Amino acid sequence: MKKGVWKWLLLLLFLGVIAYLGVHAPSMPGADTHVNAVAEKYAAEVGAGERPPLINTDKGDLLLFMFAVGGAVAGFVIGYTWRDLFGRTKHSGKTSN
Amino acid sequence: MHIAEGMLPAPYAIGYWIGAATFVAAGAKSLAKKSREIPMMKQLTGVMTAGIFLVSLLPIPVPMTGTCSHPGGTPLGAILLGPAITALMSIIALLFQALFFSHGGLTTLGANTLTMGVFGGWIGWALFWGLRRLKFTLFWSGFVAGMIGDIAIYVGTSTQLALAIHGTHPFGEVFLAIFTVFIPTQWPLAILEGIFTGLVLKYIAEHRPDILILLHVLPSSASRAELSERGMTR
Repeated sequence: MKKGVWKWLLLLLFLGVIAYLGVHAPSMPGADTHVNAVAEKYAAEVGAGERPPLINTDKGDLLLFMFAVGGAVAGFVIGYTWRDLFGRTKHSGKTSN
Repeated sequence: MHIAEGMLPAPYAIGYWIGAATFVAAGAKSLAKKSREIPMMKQLTGVMTAGIFLVSLLPIPVPMTGTCSHPGGTPLGAILLGPAITALMSIIALLFQALFFSHGGLTTLGANTLTMGVFGGWIGWALFWGLRRLKFTLFWSGFVAGMIGDIAIYVGTSTQLALAIHGTHPFGEVFLAIFTVFIPTQWPLAILEGIFTGLVLKYIAEHRPDILILLHVLPSSASRAELSERGMTR
């Protein structure tokens, strides 16, 4: 079998799993939810338990703003150091390795 | 697993914070030292921190159990940049997750840093180098380090939680109650993390062996010709 065929089979498998999960619509909660349900029982006995976040950043478009600014800054920094981090292409002149 | 905000009684939360702060300080010192030796160290640490942030936030569904969980990413970080720096990378990744996604919390940040950065990082790093000394290949050393390092994170979380909240119950009872909830979802992801760790190391060895030599993951004597002979370059 040609090497490239595996990529398409993997893609099909991935899409198949996504489609299966979508059609059967299981809730798929995080394992944390189950663990917290167990731990909460013991935590309550010692006066602890899950609480809302101390600093809640989920306010309107605040998160959107922070991610946009963070993404732009990170993008510029990574772009600036791209060749050092990921190497040079054949077309960029000198090769680094 | 990130221990949620408020789940730890104050003395334990503070204790775990102090423990984590010690490792983070050691990580900062290690980063400063390595940066003098390796010019790109800070940039590589930044990229790896972003990787840990992404990987440890990514909910991967496990159809067998009907739940989602995520890998840790710290065994790979520890192999590449050293276990001390992994604690520093973990606290930054976990801080952003706590602030922006309510994934974990600020009071539990110390505990979560200890499990992800210290348990996962140091155990993964020790296993990797132990297996390398036994002449295991880069992929298999990375696979075992990633897989066991992932499970170590969850052993760490279960231990921390059980120590803090067991109250009048025996420690072992609470530990097992928590750990047995983790395992069905986590073992497939641990295998996945093992494969991911091994493949990333193999990929870097094939495409940028100079990075692995620079970071002392491969010996400096490993020239490109030698790497090629070992099938590590194209």
